[in-house]
Amino acid sequence: MAVLEIQGASKHFGATRALDGMSLVLGEGELLGLLGPNGAGKTTLIRAIAGRVRLDAGTVALYGRVLAPGTTRSDLGVVPQENALYPLLTARENLETFGRMNGLQGKRLHERASWALEWTGLADRAKSEVRTYSGGMKRRLNLACGVLHEPRLVLLDEPTVGVDPQSREKIYDMLSGLRSAGTSLLLTTHYLEEAEARCERIVIIDHGRAIAAGTLPELVEQAGLSGRRVRLALDRPAASVPSGFTRENDANVLTATITDVAHELPGLLSRVQAAGLGVRDLEVRTASLQAVFLALTGKELRE
Amino acid sequence: MIGLLIANSWRQLRRDRAAQVLAFVVPIMFFSIFAVIFGGGNRMDSASPVAVAVVDESGSERSRALVRALEADSGLRVFTQTPRTRTTGPAAGQPLTRELAETLVRDGHVPAALVLPTGIEGSLMSFRGGPGVKALILHDPSDPVAARLVGGLLQRAVLRVSAASGGFAGLAAGADPDALMPLRYEERAVLGEKRESPMVAFYAAGIAVMFIMFSAAGAGGALIEETESGTLERVLTSGLGMTGLLLGKWLYLTSLACAQVCVMFVWGMLVFKLPLLTHLPGFAIMTVCTAAAAAAFGLVLASLSRTRQQLSGLANLVVLSLNALGGSMFPRFLMSDTLQRASLVGFNAWALDGYIKVFWREAPLPALAPQVGALLGFTALFLVLARRLARRWEAV
Repeated sequence: MAVLEIQGASKHFGATRALDGMSLVLGEGELLGLLGPNGAGKTTLIRAIAGRVRLDAGTVALYGRVLAPGTTRSDLGVVPQENALYPLLTARENLETFGRMNGLQGKRLHERASWALEWTGLADRAKSEVRTYSGGMKRRLNLACGVLHEPRLVLLDEPTVGVDPQSREKIYDMLSGLRSAGTSLLLTTHYLEEAEARCERIVIIDHGRAIAAGTLPELVEQAGLSGRRVRLALDRPAASVPSGFTRENDANVLTATITDVAHELPGLLSRVQAAGLGVRDLEVRTASLQAVFLALTGKELRE
Repeated sequence: MIGLLIANSWRQLRRDRAAQVLAFVVPIMFFSIFAVIFGGGNRMDSASPVAVAVVDESGSERSRALVRALEADSGLRVFTQTPRTRTTGPAAGQPLTRELAETLVRDGHVPAALVLPTGIEGSLMSFRGGPGVKALILHDPSDPVAARLVGGLLQRAVLRVSAASGGFAGLAAGADPDALMPLRYEERAVLGEKRESPMVAFYAAGIAVMFIMFSAAGAGGALIEETESGTLERVLTSGLGMTGLLLGKWLYLTSLACAQVCVMFVWGMLVFKLPLLTHLPGFAIMTVCTAAAAAAFGLVLASLSRTRQQLSGLANLVVLSLNALGGSMFPRFLMSDTLQRASLVGFNAWALDGYIKVFWREAPLPALAPQVGALLGFTALFLVLARRLARRWEAV
């Protein structure tokens, strides 16, 4: 059974259509990346799943149970984009506050707060007020407050925004720990390399609807970018472009797209040699998520 | 460069509607509200007569003429019977006795009472000095104007009566200035006479009520901070919900306001000899009710505002206006009847009345029922209003 299933979700705010028939499915223990340009509808979708936005049409189902606004979502944890913490409370006090709001109490609450402090690496700062924390520490605590009550699905709205690479790595380690325990994760992010490296599947949303979904190779296919991209760095500018290549803005660089590396690459190289050019460097790779994303959503600014 | 900063500041002000309202509309509103309260329609305005209870114990022809002259004076509003506006004590329409008149003053229905004792007719325009019969003015010292005004207008009334009845008896040689009055009288305060610093008891309430209104409005801003920090979003996705959140905030603000009033009154007791310990039950009742209403009022203001700045502007306008109208800055008894009635639209006027009953008029606890009822009603109204306004933070 799917952990989360969204069917035909639509929502408009005045003349703006924030969601326009959005659908997605998230499986058990999966880390699903939700990508999209600014204003694409990601946050509205997250808020709809959390029960903070009433859909005009469509459904949100958690473990097969369709959720209405106002329904308790104890299986759900939400990690907002802002560090939604009380700055004058300590880390433990914040954890215990949000834990109690989510139904934990007594010994269990204390145990879970202690676990969270260890999990976030904040045990030695448990009694410090949160206002004295660095950005990375607040991010980790923000994440812990959303998962303290052991939800089976966690919504993460840009959980690594504004933190250094070390903190980002730590946060993804924490998320891996959650997945090992069977928690399903829905993650929005603008860091495409992170999504490419960490997410099993990715849904790209634009104008309020899913425009592509799947693993990276599937997305490459859907974007029409299948094949390998060959990039040659030359020893000098090419006077003319050999057949099968295109020239980049840099006159020293030629690119080409091939489907069979073993058969097509030697031919490409021999044409370069025939043109009297030397090759300084050679790169063969599949299309990146960045290329897929731009191919699907365009290069125009959205804001 | 400085010119650029000035130009940029004006440009930003031109594009900020809320700042424009605070800068230009709020001062106009303040000016108008305070002009109405302080500038006209109060006791200092000759059009607003002083209410006085008159007891004619003599019942002679001259004393009756004197009462008629007092009634004809536009500076006085004379009651010779218990007034209909009374909410406690004897039924309306009873002829006044000295005791009833004193009760009227003590309960705050009139600021002064004039008693014309038996034999007073012989003292009118006698100018003989000595221990003759004197009129008696019973007064509430919290109204410093009323007794003197009644005393002065009494002299004018005596002169009018004497002129209408053919002159006066004569003037004693070498008489003291007091003997030169057409009718000698003595004053007796019926409230606060035993206190070492009586007016502190009267004004402490006004200060306390105004302060906790400001405090509750400021603390209510925590709701806006929760919105800005994102904790509100997190709270609302938990099982607590908006009703639980508002109730939690209200109870916290109520307890905070109670603590603040206690601190203020204990300080008043220690430093200004405020008689707190002898009025503890009444103080406790009024403090809890007032704090509950002020806390709910703070939540309404916070729910109405989008930002801290808006809340600050709104709180300044509403709290200062309500307190000007409600008697914290300027005693309500010095206002016109219309303004006094209008001031009851604010919960703070009821709170002030309750505290004054406790500390100034020494009223028994049941006498606080109207104020307690009104404050609880205001509290319920504010909570319902805040809950409705808070819908904008719920699922959209």
